[in-house]
Amino acid sequence: MATIDAPSQVSFQQDAEILRKACKGWGTDEKAIISVLGHRNAAQRKQIRLAYEELYQEDLVKRLESELSGDFERAVYRWILDPADRDAVLANVAIKKLSPDLHVIVEISCTRSPEELLAVRRAYQARYKHSLEEDVAAHTKGDTRTLLVALVTAFRYDGEEINTRLANSEAKILHDAVEDKKFNHEEVIRILTTRSKMQLMATFNRYSDDHGASITKHLQGDSGDEFLLVLRTAVRCLNDSKKYFEKVLHNSIRRMGTDEDALTRVIVTRAEKDLKDIKELYHKRNSVALEQAVAKDTSGDYKALLLTLLGKED
Amino acid sequence: MHPWERDARFLKKALKKGPPQYNVIVEIACTRSSDQLLGARKAYHSLFNRSIEEDLAFHIKGSERKLLVALVSAYRYEGSKVKEDTARSEAKALLNAINNGDKRKIVEDDEVVTILTARSKPHLKEVYDQYKKLSNKTITEDLEVELLLKETVECLCTPQTYFTKIFDAALRDDANEGAKKALTRLVATQKGGEIKEVATKFEEQIEERVKGAYKDVLVGVLAKEG
Repeated sequence: MATIDAPSQVSFQQDAEILRKACKGWGTDEKAIISVLGHRNAAQRKQIRLAYEELYQEDLVKRLESELSGDFERAVYRWILDPADRDAVLANVAIKKLSPDLHVIVEISCTRSPEELLAVRRAYQARYKHSLEEDVAAHTKGDTRTLLVALVTAFRYDGEEINTRLANSEAKILHDAVEDKKFNHEEVIRILTTRSKMQLMATFNRYSDDHGASITKHLQGDSGDEFLLVLRTAVRCLNDSKKYFEKVLHNSIRRMGTDEDALTRVIVTRAEKDLKDIKELYHKRNSVALEQAVAKDTSGDYKALLLTLLGKED
Repeated sequence: MHPWERDARFLKKALKKGPPQYNVIVEIACTRSSDQLLGARKAYHSLFNRSIEEDLAFHIKGSERKLLVALVSAYRYEGSKVKEDTARSEAKALLNAINNGDKRKIVEDDEVVTILTARSKPHLKEVYDQYKKLSNKTITEDLEVELLLKETVECLCTPQTYFTKIFDAALRDDANEGAKKALTRLVATQKGGEIKEVATKFEEQIEERVKGAYKDVLVGVLAKEG
């Protein structure tokens, strides 16, 4: 379930005016920005951008980019974009890093629905004049590249049907590969990158039933093995994405300092999806509410925005 | 039947018939626009409750698997922007792979497959041109033996040549069923433009040799706005 609290009746013109007022003149009224944008869903945010453009002949996003700074600016920028556009930006940022954030690519390709992933690919082309797969291929190599390109270009069947016989045979194939430590086996990649999500979950369940441990456990290994890390992330995302996101949040807050990139990314991309469930999971596993942990580890307007997106009442 | 549904059914049939028909998979994946190919994939979901890539990956065990799965999964950028130096270095990579062809099946070469399945068509046409400068032969000439790859390059880089071949084969005196089917498949789903240009060259032959409803279809293609 989503965490953000967006009213059903909204005046986009009024919102645009408030935002304009917040940016005009000396300084910026960040609280006003948070109180409006933090309580609007994607469709509404889009309308506000249009209304703002019409009223003031200016791109709201560009204006906010220039007025704001730091972690707060990055969070607002990601929040205000269309989900597909946002994912395209996240993917591009991840790819272009000196040491690409491959897990972000895996995350996007494995936790979005097939249609959503297609929308991301379209948005990516519109923005960067390249296909997502071209850019992924250009910045990776070997088996990692093969796996990532296949994940990113997948258009999985979205139905609920499960073929038990297939689940059994493919669970066996996966196990054989794991046993022989041939993780980059063609068949492993085939199964993980082409089967529907429901079919994969059935396969993973069968795997656990047959071998007493989840496949993710069996994929733990040499942390220097890039391919294995990417493979494991893919399996975790496909198998239980909420658990995966909870872990990312946990890791982003736990260490010395905070991984704002990861924290922002998860909160912003899940706030309208299943952040509520992720929150509950977090609480269960860490004995402290996610809001509390975030409040302790962040500050200022950045903190205020994150807490709003987490569903905190003003 | 909607063109997407038709393409989905063509793909299914080609897969069922096996290796002699894999060129149909190449043709559909390479001659359709990005959105048309996407549409065919969606139609495939609806019709067969599986994704096309699932079925291809599962049933094709040979060396062509990688290429074919990647071809149907492509969603190519359709803008005209092309980087000449990237195209040149990729032409070099292809030349390299072809020259080392005896050591490793070219169709399984990751570099080759990636270039052919991820790059945009305008970019690949540039790669084709750059290759000719490097090798004095065209990629298609150098790929004589690797039929599937040859057809991939032809459909992507020189579609006119490909279409001409199809028309030619279908309108000959001794044209067989397969050749005629290939033409039907082509005209049924391609819009005007490139195919109309080719069809115009065969106008006379169409007038002479073709009869009935089939002729109407072909005449229709000629008449369509480009």
